[in-house]
Amino acid sequence: MPRTESGAAGTGTGAAGTEMVAARTESAAARTGTGAAVTAAPPVRAAASPRTRFGTRSRRTGAAALWTLPPIAALGLVFLYPLALVVWQSFTPEDGGHSTAPYTAVFAQASFRAALTNTVLLAAGATVGALLLGLALSLVIAFVPFPGGKVLSRFIDLFLAFPSFLITLALLFLYGTVGMANGLWTDVTGAAHGPLDFLHTPWGVLLAEVTYFTPFVMRPLLAAFSQVDTGQLEAAASLGARPWRIVRTVILPEALPSLAAGGALVLVLGLNEFGIVLFTGAKDVVTLPMLVYTKALLDGDYTGACVVAVVNVALSVALYALYRTAMSRTGGSPARRTGGADRAGA
Amino acid sequence: MLVPSKSARRAVHLLFFALFVPVFALPLLVIVAASFATGWSGALPSGATLAHYRDIAHGDALDALLTSVLTALAASLTALTAGTWAALAAEKRTRRTRRIIDALFLLPVAVPSVVVGLSLLVAFSRPPLLLNGTPQIVILAHTVLVTAFAYQSVTAALTRLDPAYEQCAAGLGARPVHVLWRVKLPLLLPSLTAAAGLCFALSMGELSATMMIYPPDWLPLPVQIFAATDRGSLFTGAALAVALMATTLLVLLGLSRLRTKASYR
Repeated sequence: MPRTESGAAGTGTGAAGTEMVAARTESAAARTGTGAAVTAAPPVRAAASPRTRFGTRSRRTGAAALWTLPPIAALGLVFLYPLALVVWQSFTPEDGGHSTAPYTAVFAQASFRAALTNTVLLAAGATVGALLLGLALSLVIAFVPFPGGKVLSRFIDLFLAFPSFLITLALLFLYGTVGMANGLWTDVTGAAHGPLDFLHTPWGVLLAEVTYFTPFVMRPLLAAFSQVDTGQLEAAASLGARPWRIVRTVILPEALPSLAAGGALVLVLGLNEFGIVLFTGAKDVVTLPMLVYTKALLDGDYTGACVVAVVNVALSVALYALYRTAMSRTGGSPARRTGGADRAGA
Repeated sequence: MLVPSKSARRAVHLLFFALFVPVFALPLLVIVAASFATGWSGALPSGATLAHYRDIAHGDALDALLTSVLTALAASLTALTAGTWAALAAEKRTRRTRRIIDALFLLPVAVPSVVVGLSLLVAFSRPPLLLNGTPQIVILAHTVLVTAFAYQSVTAALTRLDPAYEQCAAGLGARPVHVLWRVKLPLLLPSLTAAAGLCFALSMGELSATMMIYPPDWLPLPVQIFAATDRGSLFTGAALAVALMATTLLVLLGLSRLRTKASYR
């Protein structure tokens, strides 16, 4: 079985974050994927068990069930129960009783509708941007190799170890009203102000999200590209196919599952992104997570915050569930799905 | 190999770096550069200084760093225990049960972190479990958020584990606890340290849920960074960010050395 965590053997040559990042994308994989690796586990256990007498076996199943309970109970207490309370609270208006009144109230607000549109558009834009950029960069690293390309792909992995808001902070120094790009402009032209002032608009958020999410696309793509048989490429090239045609007909079909997986992951992450939007600090860029925050902490309107939270969760989880079902139906043969590419990627 | 002509290859590489440098290389560099500066009005930062780092060494920032490290340690250890336990227990169950456990433990990743914070606020703001305003609620939120990653890493490692070792040990008469403690866990150790590093790094940088629930006496570093940039002290924020990145990298480096040792055993 091909492994993507080449560093996992602990050769110690890896950059600090690399193996960890492999794990993160692996988890990332499975969060959008079906946990392909898990479902494809070989069912050797029962057959190979040394004691398969009747009583022992059923007693063991009972014990196994008992061992499963504590972690699930803990998860229930600290995650599922609070989440259920959020849903409950969202149906509980301030003036008592239980009704859908909070929903009609929130849906009627222009700020909510704007936030919903913003969130969906930003997530979709970030997905398209990250897919295009990630595809282009990965294609070059994998198929037009240059010295140092491996180091670069490790450097990109490093991004996954850092929080997203650092990107917004960095963009302030790069494209902010005082910052490198505008400074360069004023130095060269002598103008009082630089031309760039987009960081506090949705475009600034979009740029930050594309930057931050692109590694999430590249990681699975690079893993998938490493599985492509170079013989096929050479055959296609020697038969006269132009590079673009090789990419389209040989490479892309092979990488499509990873591309879809990366895209779906970015879409979910984009819907849930908060740090980037918070650091941008623009009044007119409000997304659903941001609205949850302002409603709960700044307005003290917990019921409203819960309504927005339920909408946001419904969106993200529905997408995630849809994606998992889609992957389990069209993910190809089991052998392929347990392959390193897909697992590392999804 | 895809682009045979040398000049075309050079053009592709040029385009690659034109995309790569501003998008990936510059952001990390400018943060480091800004942390040593007092102003940035030209192409390069100006006013070289170490003052921001001196402030960190004396002020609240050091407390924040310590707070973050303690939170991350507590959260990643708890998450690792819970995730490993769940993964080991799930492995023994039927495929259908495993799928349900998988879905349950991966759900926190699909739910926005802000909502995780809100839900803890809603659930634990009243007796009998009054956690609102305590450091524990921050640690709890981080644990909830990173457990999914620990669970997933360990599950993936378990499926790669050769069942022969376990079977041999059991066949030679070792009791299940003994097999787990002396065979499986040592074999899983490299993956466990990798998962621990992942959880630690994620917890160090967690901002969304933390913003919802942090009490005034337990301010993790990302909150401090936000407070600094929000009041316009961008350069202080940059120095704090460098401290955050450096600490995270140091811990990851330490864990990867530990892992090297573990895999040689």
